[in-house]
Formats: sequence, structure tokens, C-alpha cells
Amino acid sequence: MSGIAVSTTINGDEVEYLCQPDETLLDVLRDRLEMTGSKEGCGTGDCGACSVMLDGRLVCSCLVLGAEAEGRKVETIEGMADGEELHPLQRKFIEHAALQCGVCTPGFLIAAKDLLERNPDPTEEEIRFGLAGNLCRCTGYDKIVRAVQDAAREMRG
Amino acid sequence: MRYERPDSVKDAVALLAGAKENAYLLAGGSDLLVRMRGGYIEPELIVDIKSVKGLDEIVKNDKGFRIGASVPCVAMGEHKALSKAWPGVVEASNLIGSKQIQGRCTIAGNLCNASPAADSVPALVAAGAKAVIAGPSKKRRVAVEKVVTAPGRTSLEKGEMVEAILLDKPSPRSGDAYLRFIPRTEMDIAVVSAGVALTLDAKGLVKSARVALGAVAPTVVLVKKAASAIIGTKLEDDALEKMAEACAAACNPIDDKRGTIDFRKKVSGVLAKRAAKIAYERAGGK
Repeated sequence: MSGIAVSTTINGDEVEYLCQPDETLLDVLRDRLEMTGSKEGCGTGDCGACSVMLDGRLVCSCLVLGAEAEGRKVETIEGMADGEELHPLQRKFIEHAALQCGVCTPGFLIAAKDLLERNPDPTEEEIRFGLAGNLCRCTGYDKIVRAVQDAAREMRG
Repeated sequence: MRYERPDSVKDAVALLAGAKENAYLLAGGSDLLVRMRGGYIEPELIVDIKSVKGLDEIVKNDKGFRIGASVPCVAMGEHKALSKAWPGVVEASNLIGSKQIQGRCTIAGNLCNASPAADSVPALVAAGAKAVIAGPSKKRRVAVEKVVTAPGRTSLEKGEMVEAILLDKPSPRSGDAYLRFIPRTEMDIAVVSAGVALTLDAKGLVKSARVALGAVAPTVVLVKKAASAIIGTKLEDDALEKMAEACAAACNPIDDKRGTIDFRKKVSGVLAKRAAKIAYERAGGK
């Protein structure tokens, strides 16, 4: 099948793929590269389940075309743990039971990691505003906020 | 659908001008991709301008700031000099969508999407911002309020694109502010919004002002009578009241589930008053 040839870097690995011009980066990740960690919730940039980092910026991968990733750096949830060792945020999400169905979790983790890198000691309000682009219909958010606060504490050392 | 990624404005414009139909510019994509997915548009050609050199930069010079068409709004908030010079514009730009949307959306796109409720536009209009429009035969600069002509429509001609937004270096003793009403605390579309920019004289009286309202008419409205109501004053209550009346009179809103006509008219004045007070304080007024 013909398509646009794209070379990009995903989680530090050089990756090449062919995609159609109207295919989103989320479609490419999930359907072509079998990286199904990023989820599709709304597909219109409202829910944040597809959050990835693109050249160091938090974005919804459903609002990025696959072709746009050419020459850029993508970071997904698959790159968050260091081998078998979970990132502190991942561990704290489990400890605090900050998830139920889990569909929003990868997006929350990516967004929370970005938040803590920019602001290692956020207030509860800053966490809630910072994660306003991620929707969760199970937890009521409280446990997510607690998990992020706890992870922030640990990461500050 | 064809996807093109030109590396110059000239090539981008040539692609847009040469397209038979349905050619769309892709900057941040936070409106375009949503409309594609919703089936509202079926582009034949998408011209991605993120590889065009210079359009991804905020340039500060002695005249002011040039914000390239592919600069994501989050980068405006990170730009210290811009945030200091035009805090209202930066606040408005940083209210658009979530952090995820902020990483993509642009003010040039917010303008060209031509929504009456666009957050950055009233702030830009109040600030007297200009759009640099590149076209097949010439470049032109127009006041931002001349770009949008109706909901979803702009004055851009075939082959034209906004390549940057220009903001002047503020005069001494100037300040701006933007406020919007939404029924939630974040991630919502303005029901009413107001941008105010003003400059004070040495005595602290308002020397010049611009007041712009969003979401209360088919396009953002620059309300000259609201500005004249506060010029020559220190924003005393009666001056602010006159300004609020002028705002309400300038509204031509719709009644919808998000706000009634009466509500929008009233709130336009309330927000303009509050924004004027913030701008006044930022200008150093007491």
C-alpha cells in the first residue's frame, strides 16, 4: 500500500512507517505500530486519553497527523517505565488505586509527568487545572490528585 | 487528500493558490482535525506550515513582537518579555482548551477559525494587533479586527495565509487584560468575553483605550464608545458604568443554551469593567 513515508523517533527509537495523509498519529501508534497504550476516548482533543509528548510538548495524538511526526520526537506511555521498573507516577497510581477501568490512565500519566517536570511541587489546585484536559469517568479525580501529590513528594526526594 | 509540508511561506502560498478546491492550512490542527473528523470538511489538500522557518518563533524587536503562525499558545506563556508586555493577550491565549490543546493551538489559527467566541481575538483586538497576510502577489498587514468577517469566514483571499501576528511594543504606563465568562472553571468556550488595553498619562488618567467584546456578536466587536467612556478618567464608578452601558449597547448576541441575550449584554459590561480595572492596575494606575 502506498502512503507517506515517515521517519521519526518514538521513545528514543528510530521508527519508520507509511501512513495515509488523513491518518492521525494516534491511529499510527495503535494500528500500525501496535503501541496500544495511548487510548482513543473522544478523538476530538477533549478527553486527553491519547496524550503523548511531541518534541517536548504535551499534545493529543488524535489531533496530530501521522505525517506530522516526520523528524520529530514522540514519547508515549510505552516509554515511561524503565524496563521492569515503573515510573514513580505509575507506582503511585497503583498504590492509591487512582484508576478503575484504566482507559484514561496512560493519558493522565503522560500529562502528570509533564506537569511535574514543569512544576515539581504543585498545589492541589495546580494539579487539578494542569490535568483538566484529561477526563476520568470512574475515579472522581480525587485519587488521581492524591497519587500525583504523593509521586511529586517522592520525586522531589 | 494530499498532505504537503512546504518549507517557505512562498511555497505554502503557491500550494494554496494552486489548489482547485478545499485546501486548508494546518498550523496547530486543534480546529482543523476536529472538523475533518466530524465530517464537516473534506480537504483535498492540507498545507502543514510547521516546517516553514521562522513561523515557529516569537521575535522581539524594538517595534514589538512578531508571533509566527505556527507558535503554539503554550510558548507565548513561556515567553517572559511577551508575558510582561501583553499579559492580557497571553492570558487569553493560554485559556484556549487544555494543556494538550495549548501545545498545539496557535493565535493565528484561533483568528482564522473565525469563531465569535475565540479567546485570543478580543485580547488581540484590544491590543491593536495586526495580522501579516502573505498572498500569491503581495504581503499586507491588516488590523486583526478586519480579518474575521462572519462566523467561520475571513477576509483572506484565495491563496492567502496569516503568517504572523504583530503586537506593538506597549507605550509607557500601559496595561491590558482579558476576562471571559464560562459556567465551569476551565476547558470551556466563552459565553461572553472582554479584552481591554489602555494607556495612562503622567497623572494616571486614561489617555487611550481599546475595548473589545467576544461571543456577543457574529464577530468580535471593537467598542469605541466604551473606550471613550473611560478616556480622561481614573475609572471612577460613573465612567465604568457608562462603559458598561456602551458595551451592552454594542452587543448583538444570540440566545442559546449557554446564555441568553439579556445575560450576555449584562455580563459584557461587567467583564469589561473588571478587565479595565485589571488593565489600569497593570498600567500602574492607582
